[in-house]
Amino acid sequence: MTTATKETTPKQKSDVVLHYLRPKKNFPHVWCSGCGIGVVMGTLVRAIDKLGLSRDEVVLVSGIGCTSRLPVYLDFNALHTTHGRALPFATGVKFARPGMKVIVITGDGDALAIGGNHFIHACRRNIDITAILINNYIYGMTGGQGSPTTPSNAFSTTTPYGNVEKHFDPCELAKAAGATYVARTTVYHTPQMEKNIISAVEHHGFSLVEVVSNCHTYYGRLNRQGDAPSMLRWFKEKSIMLSKAKKMTEEELQDKFVIGVLHRADKTEFCDEYQKVVDAHQGEK
Amino acid sequence: MADTDRQLLLGNMACIRGAIYAGMRFFAGYPITPSTEVAEGCARELPKIGGKFIQMEDELGSMAAIVGASMAGLKSMTATSGPGYSLMVENIGYAYMVEVPCVVVNVQRGGPSTGLPTKASQSDTMQARWGPHGDYTAITIAPSTVAEIITETIRAFNLAERFRTPVTVLLDESLSHMRAMVSLPKPGEYEVIDRVKPTCDPADYVPFGPTENGVNPMPSYGEGYRYYVTGLTHDVMGFPTNRPDEIVPKMDKLKHKIEDYKEEIFKLRVEKMEDAEIALISYGSVSRAALLAVTLARQADVKVGFIQLHTIWPFAQEQLRDLCQNCSKVIVGELNMGQIVHEVECALPPEIEVHRLQRYDGEILTPTQFLDKLEEVL
Repeated sequence: MTTATKETTPKQKSDVVLHYLRPKKNFPHVWCSGCGIGVVMGTLVRAIDKLGLSRDEVVLVSGIGCTSRLPVYLDFNALHTTHGRALPFATGVKFARPGMKVIVITGDGDALAIGGNHFIHACRRNIDITAILINNYIYGMTGGQGSPTTPSNAFSTTTPYGNVEKHFDPCELAKAAGATYVARTTVYHTPQMEKNIISAVEHHGFSLVEVVSNCHTYYGRLNRQGDAPSMLRWFKEKSIMLSKAKKMTEEELQDKFVIGVLHRADKTEFCDEYQKVVDAHQGEK
Repeated sequence: MADTDRQLLLGNMACIRGAIYAGMRFFAGYPITPSTEVAEGCARELPKIGGKFIQMEDELGSMAAIVGASMAGLKSMTATSGPGYSLMVENIGYAYMVEVPCVVVNVQRGGPSTGLPTKASQSDTMQARWGPHGDYTAITIAPSTVAEIITETIRAFNLAERFRTPVTVLLDESLSHMRAMVSLPKPGEYEVIDRVKPTCDPADYVPFGPTENGVNPMPSYGEGYRYYVTGLTHDVMGFPTNRPDEIVPKMDKLKHKIEDYKEEIFKLRVEKMEDAEIALISYGSVSRAALLAVTLARQADVKVGFIQLHTIWPFAQEQLRDLCQNCSKVIVGELNMGQIVHEVECALPPEIEVHRLQRYDGEILTPTQFLDKLEEVL
């Protein structure tokens, strides 16, 4: 990272996001007014600023969907890829240049449907990538279709009579697949989200931060959950901190979001292990 | 690998030799017959030179990983066969769009679908040109011997770096599983081209702006040039666009950066065409049989010539027309039901008869089959 220099932190807290916006990119952005993705973008920027990372050492990799448009607005290295494939692209970047901080920005459809296989294998490898999965329970960009996290009985344009399928819990999936840092938060809980993103990026291994977010335009409207503020209120009311959730029964936790750092494990990291192979065999004929 | 000048080498291993010579330091792949030895060989060889090998969860991921690694500055490659290539076309299309150099080796087997895993075929010739959706210009090359696999893989990397584009190398089962004594390339023996890097101030960097030859200098991640890379049709800064006046220059650039410099890409082997009345046109492993057939037919005073397409795409239309201008007939031999023959028919004037010699039973074309065909059409 010879060209990388530490950035100067802006004086005013409100200036932070502005400071990291990509020059020459025209606005407005693509998101609906009140969309939770913007909240995540602001929080991500504040987290990166607090981490003191140089802009040159950060690569934001995304797939396809509303969420995946995020890297276009921020002044970092960026790779906006194909649907579901952000993690294998990110794996190539990280493995080729382990010194880079690789952050994947993905949605529930992108990461868990079309990209489900890549998701579990990135977790399994425990490669040092942070995935921020913005889970709004629906496909926003294509107009409100059901996703792998759409709850049973919930409405979407492809579940017009209620969802007959079961949904994935991204955090449980990541934990089972081998991820070594797993946290869930919501767009209502921005201080917690900031802390989660900071510790996820600092964590050496595969980290997942699931951010429950509002798509009031589709999910909210189709499921009578109202506008952005009422969905945020819903997140506030339905969220249970992990410490509290531990004292609750499974029945009591139905329809609740358990938030906090849900899983941490200490395992060897993929690039480190490969480097050991290189160190042991480099120069052999 | 032993360090001698000449070595008995498997076709798939020759591919690795060429790739490493050209600077390949990153391989991502997924096991598939008949290309698996390329992945296995890279897993063994790359750590020895400080390179990286990763077995991905599928071919979609393999192609994605090599594009990511190339963006991060490593020359990268994957190898597969038809069913895997079909999965890779998604991100090969991405590589065309974002103009990322990389090499994709397709060791062909019979298809469609799972087809003939252990049998030779050239039935992906058209897929190499038209695999991903959308408009773009593809570069595809096809060696015919184990020695050529080394040199043509080097050439594939050079073309990828020169033109900032994915390059497909078409092998087939018979060639990749053939062993031959070959001379290993010596340091400095072949030119190795590296991508041009930007030298301007990062603030002045225009990642996809117009350049003299249509190819933009390409930085690696971490070098201070933070720009946006997207598979969406983009403007000169890399930002998504729907504006017709920005779409057209991007699309034209993808085409013209290659098609205006075709002479750098074409490579044909031409033998005994000076007085030829009939030409055998072939590519890949079939050229071996065609060349021997020409030699044998010449001994019987048949005025037959040999044209081998090392570069399949872009197709050498004008060269073929010039070379065949005194021929009355040509025979196009290929291991499929007729793919490159359509290009030949388009290239040649209607008075030249185009005959087809095709085999799609998983076996290779033999010199005898070429000789029989010659007898039939003469």
